[in-house]
Amino acid sequence: MLKNYFKIAIAVLKRRKFFTFISLFGISFTLTIVIVVAALTDHVLSAGYPDTARDRELFVTRMKYKGSKSGSDISAGPSFYFFEHYVSKLKTPEKLALISHNYATSTYINNKKMVTQLSYTNDQFWDVLQYQFLEGKPYTKQEIDNAEKVAVISESTRNNYFGNGVAAVGKYIETDNIQYRITGVVKNVPLSREYFYADMFAPYTLSKEDIHNTDLIGDYTGVLLLHSKDDIDKMKTEYNQMVAKIPMLSKDLDLRFTYADSYLEAFTRGLPFGNGADSGIGKFILIISIFFLLFLSLPTLNLVNINISRIMDRYSEIGVRKAFGASSKTLVYQFIVENLIITFIGCLIGIMLSFIIIQVFNRSNIIPDMELSINFRVLLFSLFACLVFGFLSGVFPAWRMSRMQVVSALKAQ
Amino acid sequence: MIHLEKIEKVYRTDTVETLALNSISLNVAKGEFLSIMGPSGCGKSTLLNIMGLLDAPSKGEIKIDTQQTTGFSDKQLAQFRNKKIGFIFQSYHLINDLKVLDNVELPLLYRSSTAKQRKELATAALAKVGLSNRVKHFPTQLSGGQKQRVAIARAIVGEPEIILADEPTGNLDSAMGNEIMEILINLNRTEGTTIVMVTHDEQMAKKTHRLVRLFDGSQVQ
Repeated sequence: MLKNYFKIAIAVLKRRKFFTFISLFGISFTLTIVIVVAALTDHVLSAGYPDTARDRELFVTRMKYKGSKSGSDISAGPSFYFFEHYVSKLKTPEKLALISHNYATSTYINNKKMVTQLSYTNDQFWDVLQYQFLEGKPYTKQEIDNAEKVAVISESTRNNYFGNGVAAVGKYIETDNIQYRITGVVKNVPLSREYFYADMFAPYTLSKEDIHNTDLIGDYTGVLLLHSKDDIDKMKTEYNQMVAKIPMLSKDLDLRFTYADSYLEAFTRGLPFGNGADSGIGKFILIISIFFLLFLSLPTLNLVNINISRIMDRYSEIGVRKAFGASSKTLVYQFIVENLIITFIGCLIGIMLSFIIIQVFNRSNIIPDMELSINFRVLLFSLFACLVFGFLSGVFPAWRMSRMQVVSALKAQ
Repeated sequence: MIHLEKIEKVYRTDTVETLALNSISLNVAKGEFLSIMGPSGCGKSTLLNIMGLLDAPSKGEIKIDTQQTTGFSDKQLAQFRNKKIGFIFQSYHLINDLKVLDNVELPLLYRSSTAKQRKELATAALAKVGLSNRVKHFPTQLSGGQKQRVAIARAIVGEPEIILADEPTGNLDSAMGNEIMEILINLNRTEGTTIVMVTHDEQMAKKTHRLVRLFDGSQVQ
């Protein structure tokens, strides 16, 4: 039966080449956009260099205070003090990586100003995040404790400052009038790795901010590395219990929101979707789904119209099939399968097109060091989009066709 | 085999009501070859469509092989047609996108059978109508007579007890028409298939067992 449907689907494609072109162009173009956006989203949200152990990590990215009466609020990253005095004392995590927000510093090369994004870290940061060292190594706990002016720089910073591929370990780099001895050079991190991107990393003890300030609001992000992913719930509970015991900032700001989140929760909490205890994942998924459906609806309507025109060419066939034993349900099934076959051909073209676009995107370096790829997840999502697209565009024409009276269909020729 | 009881068919629009069939009662015996004649628009094809369960009567009852078909669901009707009835149309109604063999296999797609069984049965049906050498052709590569023979092969491939033919020789010249008629007569004689044929051709009608004449939706003979 499927073979027969396949033959018919291919024959219909061959029959009216202009319609076929319009159909396949619409399908492949739509799916190309869907695949590229999916690859981009996958890159942003999935684990990847240097954050490779995400399944057993929780992120502490936000500290928010709110007044239940006044409605006023303050929101920023947690402070170093908060991590040092509260989070680091938790029992469940194996390690705690700390990294400050980026500071734009000024570096001069041949009298030309270069902005260097500097972040401060603790020593465990280098254990939790798997940065690839092209040369040298991370600064040590000893160097941090001694507030030694040492730094790890990115490959592009090295190339800009010292020249392409020139060894930098042991040399000095000056930024904001401070000389740092370079202990290591790491492979570049794309800008899309929001928490882990920097041109230069230095010990937190060198930070101009007062790390002993007891404010809980600051500019750090913490990554809790757990022994196993099974510890996630336990970790969240322990974190929440710890936070509940911390005295409030003031009477006016009597609500506090800070959580140990999965990466996606931390991501959506940073968007306007998060509100208090709600990380906003549900709203985020809902909005993405609505956007996805709306985006698909236009080409779907177009394909529905084309399919209806095509079906009008096939009245006689519909009549014959019904006369010889096809029920309306069977015909709906046949037309949906045929439409899925056409959609899958469009999908294959879409995958090829998106592969080309992604290669061009990666080589163009529009977003430095960002390497998009069509991996298994993206491919699976593309197939799902293809199924939804094929199904939606096939159902209505198939339903309309199946309701046709046999006699009318046979007379139509 | 086919029992029609006071069949009435009325076509209604907002303003007009047309009586296409007026209280037709008819029995077609098993193994009978019946022809229906009458002027254009007298209701011949409507009657044939009702017999073939392709159209529903406005009033009256249809029994086929003692089974009351009134009230059958879409699925039941489809299954019943598939097993019991084969159709031959004046304009063949072959699917031009499919090869001859695939066209003939079509009724078998809607019953449980393997691809191998379908191929064997379709090949045998095509052999019966003398078209074994056109299996891989497309309908557009065939003459009118050959197309109608393919249509006959398609009608008989599922070994139905009834064949309903709507002017099967209407689009053919007399030589081709006679060939098709011979195939139908042979089918009726050798297989015992009940055949009801609508025709305009008196000579063809004379070759059948019985002739029913319609005029303005009523049976006059």
